[in-house]
Amino acid sequence: MKIHQFEVIVVGAGGAGLMAALYASRTANTAVISKLYPTRSHTGTAQGGVGAALGNEEEDHWEWHTYDSVKGSDYLGDQDAIEFMCYEAVQAVYELEHYGLPFSRTAEGKIAQRRFGGHTNNVTGKLVRRACYAADRTGHMILQTLYQQCLKNNVNFFDEYQVIDLLVVNGAAAGVVAIELGTSELHVFHAKSVIFATGGHGRVWSITSNAYSYTGDGIAIAMRRGIPMEDLEFFQFHPTGIYRMGILITEGVRGEGGVLLNDKGERFMEKYAPTVKDLASRDVISRAMYLEIKAGRGINGKNYLYLDVRPDTVNKYALADGRKQPDGSPYIVTSEEILAKLPDIVDFARTYLGVDPIAEPMPVQPTAHYTMGGIPTNKYGEVVIDENNTVMPGFYAAGEVACVSIHGANRLGTNSLVDLIVFGKHSGLKAAEYARGVDFQTLPENPTEFTQAQLDAINNAKGNEKILDISNEMKEIMMDRVAMFRTGEGMQSALEIVRELKERFKHIPLHDRGKIFNTEMINIWELGNLLDIAEVVTVTAIARTESRGAHARDDYPKRDDVNWLKHSLAWVKPNGEIVLGYKPVVITKYQPKERVY
Amino acid sequence: MKVSVKVYRFNPEKDKKHHFETYEVEAEPTDRVLDMLEYIKGYYDGTLSFRRSCAHGICGSDAMRINGRNYLACKSLLKDFNTDKITIEPILGLRVIKDLIVDMEIFFEHYRSVKPWFINDEPPPEKERLQSIEERERFDDTTKCILCACCTTSCPIFWASDTYIGPQAIIAAHRFIFDSRDQAAAERLRILNDQFAVYRCHTIFNCTECCPREIEITQAIGEVKEALWTGKVK
Repeated sequence: MKIHQFEVIVVGAGGAGLMAALYASRTANTAVISKLYPTRSHTGTAQGGVGAALGNEEEDHWEWHTYDSVKGSDYLGDQDAIEFMCYEAVQAVYELEHYGLPFSRTAEGKIAQRRFGGHTNNVTGKLVRRACYAADRTGHMILQTLYQQCLKNNVNFFDEYQVIDLLVVNGAAAGVVAIELGTSELHVFHAKSVIFATGGHGRVWSITSNAYSYTGDGIAIAMRRGIPMEDLEFFQFHPTGIYRMGILITEGVRGEGGVLLNDKGERFMEKYAPTVKDLASRDVISRAMYLEIKAGRGINGKNYLYLDVRPDTVNKYALADGRKQPDGSPYIVTSEEILAKLPDIVDFARTYLGVDPIAEPMPVQPTAHYTMGGIPTNKYGEVVIDENNTVMPGFYAAGEVACVSIHGANRLGTNSLVDLIVFGKHSGLKAAEYARGVDFQTLPENPTEFTQAQLDAINNAKGNEKILDISNEMKEIMMDRVAMFRTGEGMQSALEIVRELKERFKHIPLHDRGKIFNTEMINIWELGNLLDIAEVVTVTAIARTESRGAHARDDYPKRDDVNWLKHSLAWVKPNGEIVLGYKPVVITKYQPKERVY
Repeated sequence: MKVSVKVYRFNPEKDKKHHFETYEVEAEPTDRVLDMLEYIKGYYDGTLSFRRSCAHGICGSDAMRINGRNYLACKSLLKDFNTDKITIEPILGLRVIKDLIVDMEIFFEHYRSVKPWFINDEPPPEKERLQSIEERERFDDTTKCILCACCTTSCPIFWASDTYIGPQAIIAAHRFIFDSRDQAAAERLRILNDQFAVYRCHTIFNCTECCPREIEITQAIGEVKEALWTGKVK
């Protein structure tokens, strides 16, 4: 066992973690621990853009961005935090540009912006160009740029270290325990502040856009230390995943004029969202797709639809919609422009579907995409651990793992990247500030005890269960019963199956007894995280007897603001019992009203 | 279809040298090579070790040598190989740690050596620095790099000696040298004007052929060489 000491420890090296590290390391001795080499992080897969009301292409205001995000959240987002984010987003995007991020450009040489779902001009209700983009690899460029800046500023990195446990002393964070993947040696990172930026858990579901490594580690670790999780019942299904594979096709495709079509060739979103159509918010579109498929209008009767971005189709519907260029001329695209603006999408479609999107429509289906809930924080990234928002000293969370709550019941496209840079920055600042004012706590006598117990359980498991069987059964049942459309009965049966799987999980034998890159052991540990999270997601979803944003129930089809305009909190007790609590939503300017797109 | 997958195996805790194991896998032509590896690990041998994350060609974790050429395992489909026999080996030129996992440190060291970060010491404007569409287009291709190492580990010059900085580090420098906002082109060119750097490229084109991001690597290296000869960055 090795012991390290840093004032600030950041766990996770995606956008939020790197931004936090950049800011914390200005004044505090900081290290980043990541289970992957940093540039492998999931931020890199974000495609379409980062939202900020720069107004480079047309009139826009951060207040409009705020209202759109509140509405997008189905009024479950905390409005003070959303205001803060949308205001800060503008400066944060300029800051990325100053770090060298190669944004695409307008004719005037400014940062280019495109349309994205739910982002509107609040006066006309029409879509506004707010998503700042670097072709269709915006996340890749954010991740590369922030990592490069960390290298430039000599931030300390521990790459390919898997954090297993959070150390808590006297109710405050005191560090983390990690296993070095290359040697299986345990490392204790003694710290004054710990920032979790570990991402989400889309691997709970069978069709997902998420990486293999998106296994909810930070959430599972924190739950095991008695920290509640907020709003875990809300998980976003992105409308356009590649059929059967789930790989993401950016909303930017529809931003550039692409449309969704059913088996009859109908642009069905006209029925469900008459004003913004194919750029309604994601929950609305995914649900519409589900209904079309259920009504037998999937392509060839199967469970997928077409996303069509062929220039002829785009131009036909742009004309019908009266869509104009910023200069007032009619909106017309060519194959070359599609290729230039969406090169990676064209590549994905060719590689994985054998389809050239310039010539053929792409088969798509909704795909598990984004964790709206997570570790509860305030707008400074400080973790808050009860109904009264009591701050847990020294513990911070930012990015997808955190629930500020910015995204409420449904995240708007581009706001994940905004979240990373704004709250990554502020959690880093706050963590360093806190570290300046306190001494290191005394470590527990045996800091690796809980980590060792978890690893021993995996090492000593006996039985014939297979990791892939258990993981596939969890994913299938969650996709079938705890995904886009839910019923109390269906979820109850899913819960029973997940609990059976948790029992069977204890009987997966470990074949790899080596110390060097024992990926089998780590994969089993990760599956344990997913199972724990699947259970809490299902329990919180059963309890919420309404439909709101991404949480849509056949048995409770309406939003219920009288009883459910509140955040859920779920604690997992040491005996495994899940206890629920609730806290109010912060409302400043915008009273809840019906959501129409 | 039934596929015979032959995999390079090496466990440093047990083996003196590597060997190959062959697994029979039932797969669809549209399955990724990565899917087959996951299947083998899940059902045949849990000790098989390899890196992977995003599984769709963006994170750059799973560069491997498949039927004699570098690919990302998640971006190569069985049907691409026109055969039911697949051989998977670690990428060449780096020390094998275990099975398909190699020690990437030398590769990253070369990357870091070209100062792969934006340098402009003037105070930034209140808003963005302006850049024309053409100026932005000038270095677009090399911004696509995901650091997977397919290029560098396909290069015979690198196989012969890992002191060669390799194609990846050169294109990492290219991305900044040709960025109109960056001010350190001269410094980067000085670093590349070294016997272990750009002049060891013999335009073999292996790198360009296997780049999963389809970056015109050899061309970018040529542009760096030209900038060195002419002293001009255009």
